[in-house]
Amino acid sequence: MKLGFTPEQEAFRGEVAAWLEEQLSGPFAHIRGITSQTAMAEERHAWERALGAAGWSAIGWPARYGGRDADLAQQVIFAEEYARARAPGRLGHMGVELAGPTILHFGDDAQRQRFLPKISAGEEMWCQGYSEPGAGSDLANVRTKARLESGPDGRRWVIEGQKIWTSLAQFAQWCFVICRTEEGSRGREGLSYLLVPMDQPGIDVRPIRQMTGEADFNETFFDGAVTAEENVVGAPGDGWRVAMGTLAFERGVSTLAQQMQFRNELAQIVDAAKANGAAQDPLIRQRLAKAWRGLQIMRASALRMLSGADSGALSGPAFTYKIYWATWHRELGDLAMDVLGQSGEIAEGDDYAFDDLQRMYLFSRADTIYAGTNQIQRNLIAERALGLPKEPRGTGQQ
Amino acid sequence: MQFEFTEEQRLIQNMASEFFRDRGSSEALRAALESERGYDADIWRQMAQELGFAGLTVSDAYGGQGLGLVEAAIVYEQMGRTLLPSPMLGTGVLAATAIEHAGSETQKREWLPQLAGGNRCAALAVCGRGGAHGSARVDAVLEDGRVHGTYRFVLDAQAADLIIAAARRQDEVMLVALPRDGVEVERHVSLDLTRPHHTVRVRGVEPRWELPGSGAAALDVAIQRACILLAAEQTGAAAEALDRTVAYARERVQFGRAIGSFQAVKHRLADMMIQVEAAISAVYFAACSADEAPATLPQMASLAKVQATETLTFCAANMVQLHGGIGFTWEHDAHYFFKRARASATLFGSVAEHQERLAVHMGLEGEAVS
Ligand SMILES: Cc1cc2nc3c(=O)[nH]c(=O)nc-3n(C[C@H](O)[C@H](O)[C@H](O)COP(=O)(O)OP(=O)(O)OC[C@H]3O[C@@H](n4cnc5c(N)ncnc54)[C@H](O)[C@@H]3O)c2cc1C
Repeated sequence: MKLGFTPEQEAFRGEVAAWLEEQLSGPFAHIRGITSQTAMAEERHAWERALGAAGWSAIGWPARYGGRDADLAQQVIFAEEYARARAPGRLGHMGVELAGPTILHFGDDAQRQRFLPKISAGEEMWCQGYSEPGAGSDLANVRTKARLESGPDGRRWVIEGQKIWTSLAQFAQWCFVICRTEEGSRGREGLSYLLVPMDQPGIDVRPIRQMTGEADFNETFFDGAVTAEENVVGAPGDGWRVAMGTLAFERGVSTLAQQMQFRNELAQIVDAAKANGAAQDPLIRQRLAKAWRGLQIMRASALRMLSGADSGALSGPAFTYKIYWATWHRELGDLAMDVLGQSGEIAEGDDYAFDDLQRMYLFSRADTIYAGTNQIQRNLIAERALGLPKEPRGTGQQ
Repeated sequence: MQFEFTEEQRLIQNMASEFFRDRGSSEALRAALESERGYDADIWRQMAQELGFAGLTVSDAYGGQGLGLVEAAIVYEQMGRTLLPSPMLGTGVLAATAIEHAGSETQKREWLPQLAGGNRCAALAVCGRGGAHGSARVDAVLEDGRVHGTYRFVLDAQAADLIIAAARRQDEVMLVALPRDGVEVERHVSLDLTRPHHTVRVRGVEPRWELPGSGAAALDVAIQRACILLAAEQTGAAAEALDRTVAYARERVQFGRAIGSFQAVKHRLADMMIQVEAAISAVYFAACSADEAPATLPQMASLAKVQATETLTFCAANMVQLHGGIGFTWEHDAHYFFKRARASATLFGSVAEHQERLAVHMGLEGEAVS
């Protein structure tokens, strides 16, 4: 067991820090520190390209697909420096962290060559088409359908249906979609994992405004949308397995970057508490200390999870990590508002647009909902890790 | 950076786990508690002499194993699963660390091999007001070469051949070795039967020897290291409480189904596992960090102690609740876990105290309560 870094790793840290500083005090100074998912999307797409061109976009990937074959320690260092430099939130995260690893792991060679370089180069942005109005926690209940038909350039999938809560679909060039490709199939059977281009007449994206006032997510309608026959990951009908594989990548190294962002948020709260005197309040001090503790624990849990990732078997923290960070972050939001007091309830300008901490307070309410709600996480822990009886499935229709 | 057990650490884990599974059954625990000493001398001899558990972190120059806190935590975690009483914490961690840090070369040569080998035992007596929280609260005095004071909440004093006691001489905290027969040791009936408290009364006793090093620094290191190992032990106890409660929830049937199929029960068990994993992370992060960078020991001790306390308190309470009536009986082991949780929560300082120290460490100005 070892936490420290070698001199070579520290040298790598220096290289990362220098590049980030040069970019973020130079050409990208105007987007430094942006944490909003949607703000200045065009400039942040340019940032994705800059990361890609310098080989910093997906460092854990194989070099032939635009990565650097970076090991865990280097990825930890990169995440730390990225946050320390207050580099902007990644517009490309769903490609780099979800679509890319899925294609790398479950895709075929042609798909890897077609898609991965464009993702790591920051050219193509992605979104995730899982949830539907009738399929949220019960994801296997998806109704969106696709069937193979002949088209002018050969056979292609034709897709009908509706997805919802599709984050960043308005900025994405591609979407990975789970849909039903076997007529009459139910549940996990007969689903396929399709890669679908967003810029086409058969797709209609309508933003949904969320409680923060911003619209990160959308309704996505598929009305005769098409994608080429070869754009199915895994065999047709085997989409459930691939879809679950994608969810497993959510537990990947991206968690490190997220933690570092959390660390910045806690530092901001501590500064605010010192500035307005809340730091003298013994109860606030206890909660700040508790938040600090949670941060160290998340770091240790992520390192345990990632260090053991090669052994195949899921370790304890792989089950408990999501609910832990989500709950921690939601409590951090409450703490931020208790520290800010009433001044936290006022926006700076004329729009319903708030500062980082206030927006974090609101956004963190979603953390315990997306990527498996807290209740679903508890079911998974109880059933998969502790071996307790499975939830009985109802027969009700909806 | 590789945050996984090494091959050697796995071997230690297997050895400890086998030993405690073999010797630490519920029957063995109960037999030990019934005995005169309150622990099984034969098991303790085996732990100390055959397995080297008494001197895990004592340096090998003085007859110990010279292992780090990570390795020691592995053993404490496995021991915690059994709640097996022994003088290991008082002798092997508190007293031995104090001697190693403040003792003279001669004192170390004379005593550490004895303690590490389990041939003799020692206890660390810190203060009157609230148990062993740190050097700041020492209130016994060393005047005209004699110690006066009442030390409360002393661990493992009954078994001790030597008492290492803290006392103030003017403004300085000194450590001295008191002969066992010059002091009065009272063993209390304690809520946690597995770890009884003692009061040590010292009325003008002349020390056998003084430890020349800084008493305050040695005390703080000893207690902080003990915090991390106590936290490892708490984590083991919590993991055991979870395992036993899961087993019960799978087999106990009500309303025609296993109670573990009710979400109110299974979600509570999931919450217990979340807590246990958090404690494992906190303990090994703290141990590893303190081994690699000793300057981090104070905050790492508080981190581990607070998390493990929260975890064991939650898991032990739910062990009682989810067992229903049987969980409230003397016959079932749940009450041992529940009481161990309570006593460990206050040993070496409360959650609030440790969190306040963390707040100061984070740069929030103010005074740490110690
Ligand atoms: C900000 C945000 C971004 C999102 N981005 C995306 C995206 O990019 N792509 C995408 O596909 N989806 C996305 N989602 C959707 C998200 O995955 C779903 O909201 C989530 O899976 C929950 O589904 P639901 O909203 O239908 O709620 P429901 O499943 O209807 O749940 C409602 C409540 O019932 C509880 N519940 C449901 N089943 C059980 C059970 N078996 N036991 C106990 N309690 C239960 C839930 O925990 C919840 O509290 C996003 C959601 C949010 C909030």
